[in-house]
Amino acid sequence: MDAAPTTTVGTDQPAAGEPPVLEARGIVKRFGHVEALRGADFTVGKGEVVALIGDNGAGKSTLIKTLSGVHPPDEGEIRVGGRPVHFATPVDARRAGVETVYQDLAVADDLSVAANLYLGREILRSGPLGRLGLLDKRAMRQGAAAALAELGVRIPRVTTPIAMLSGGQRQCVAVARAIIWATNVVILDEPTAALGVVQTGRVLDVVRRARDAGMSVVLVSHNMPQVLEIADRVEVLRLGRRAARLRADEVTTDDLVAAMTGSTGAERDER
Amino acid sequence: MSAAEATAEPQGGALNDWLRERISHALSEFTAATALVVLFIALSFASPYFLTADNLFNIGAQTAVIAIIATAQTMVIITRGIDLSVGSVAALAGVAGAMVVRDLGFPLLAATAVAIGVGALAGLLNGLLVTVARIPPFIATLGTMSVGRGLVFIMTGAVGVYGLPRSFQLLGNGEIIGIPFAVVITAVVAVGVAFLLSQTRFGQYTYAMGSNLEAARRSGIGVGRHLTYVYVLAGVLVGLGGMIAASRVNSGQPNYGISLELDVIAAAVIGGASLFGGQGRIVGTIIGAFLIALVRNGAVLLDISIHYQQVIVGLIIWAAVYFDQYRRRRLESRG
Repeated sequence: MDAAPTTTVGTDQPAAGEPPVLEARGIVKRFGHVEALRGADFTVGKGEVVALIGDNGAGKSTLIKTLSGVHPPDEGEIRVGGRPVHFATPVDARRAGVETVYQDLAVADDLSVAANLYLGREILRSGPLGRLGLLDKRAMRQGAAAALAELGVRIPRVTTPIAMLSGGQRQCVAVARAIIWATNVVILDEPTAALGVVQTGRVLDVVRRARDAGMSVVLVSHNMPQVLEIADRVEVLRLGRRAARLRADEVTTDDLVAAMTGSTGAERDER
Repeated sequence: MSAAEATAEPQGGALNDWLRERISHALSEFTAATALVVLFIALSFASPYFLTADNLFNIGAQTAVIAIIATAQTMVIITRGIDLSVGSVAALAGVAGAMVVRDLGFPLLAATAVAIGVGALAGLLNGLLVTVARIPPFIATLGTMSVGRGLVFIMTGAVGVYGLPRSFQLLGNGEIIGIPFAVVITAVVAVGVAFLLSQTRFGQYTYAMGSNLEAARRSGIGVGRHLTYVYVLAGVLVGLGGMIAASRVNSGQPNYGISLELDVIAAAVIGGASLFGGQGRIVGTIIGAFLIALVRNGAVLLDISIHYQQVIVGLIIWAAVYFDQYRRRRLESRG
């Protein structure tokens, strides 16, 4: 935790010296007497998919919530693009370009796909009507359709209420929503946990497309083969600290499990 | 589902989806409208008085009060709340409006403003109880119902406010080319609120909060403030409705509106508003209000006692909520 090197993140990183898109240093978070994070570090570079893994209780959820502004850290520092930031609320994190898709699918079932994509960021009519709060529904429909097409998300129509979509389609909409608005990082907390094989593939396709477009992605997952399939790098959390940083193409699922449980005895060093 | 998903959506599938979506949206409204027409025809045959001009005028004015207050209730229900205080607040507003005319000589317009102000204050109280004190809407408005009823009895000494000028009757009994003035007001209110809910950001947030409060909050919507606005606006409409009700009987009645909440909740739910939040449209609520007013009117014409009316309204509420549950389950089982 002390003096975590920031320049040796990975070989496919942009020019050395360019700061990571999102970085957490020495994060401590206590809930009463329980120390959920004990000086955790975490790094995401531009355009990379970083998987965050760890055993139950390792602090993954807490770290994610810290990075997305739900739980402000007790100690430590979060940097976006090298600049220290303070996320007191999720809105602060979103303003800094960090969008999060939570496990419990934060979409409004009764609203249409388009309305969900623009929730809290509605396009209003121009002129005095807009100042009265009049929605420009056509612009939102068109914008939503274009954005979803770009990400390869297939849904019947953008005016369909979310409740009428399949689980996979819903998750794709939720992920797309985050990607559309994020300017720096998208954090996905177990995005495929409740999905079947085909639907999982759909969601991962969306993630790849976003990465290819230069977006940075943090993926929390328990699914080790999936992690190795989609991630560029893996950061392992154990007992509230970063236990290892691994390149996905150099390790096996056994290595990941060993790092998570600490069964190798020796902690893998970063690089 | 996943097999169907893997194939590209054919044109016919999309059209089917579109139809199903439309139908499920309008199903309860269509059902309610059908029931309304059937009841209307049945009453025309059952009672010779039903189709008289006087009675139709009466139904119009009666519907107006229920419809305006049910419109308020619908907004609250969409947010996944409920307002049990509407009857007390309507009585309080009507009595306040009548008192300022009788005791202070206020003109009608100013008295109406006072009634609306009373409603708005009650709505603000409800809103703050729900958002700041975090009392569930059911309990918060139950308290307001009791406090409001108590206040109106204290203010009046449990005696009606009489001795009002004839002009006081304008809102409730006046007419414009044969159409009750109250109906015109109702139409303006209904169109205004329907527009607000369907076309503005305010409406979008209202549905979003009722559908998934946490999602709304994470989307950066100021849910506390917005929810308070909804209760205040509902209070404004309840105040207006209370004033019209007082105007109809040319007096302020402290016991007006007891169990009115049942009628307006029934109207909203019959019209498709879901007590689980996120759903409801004013068109449906107006149809529901008409239906309830017809039931009341028909019961009077057919000499069915008020006690049976209570039973009938209760049965209607059960049926409407059961239907809502059933529809939700079917919709969700598709996912």
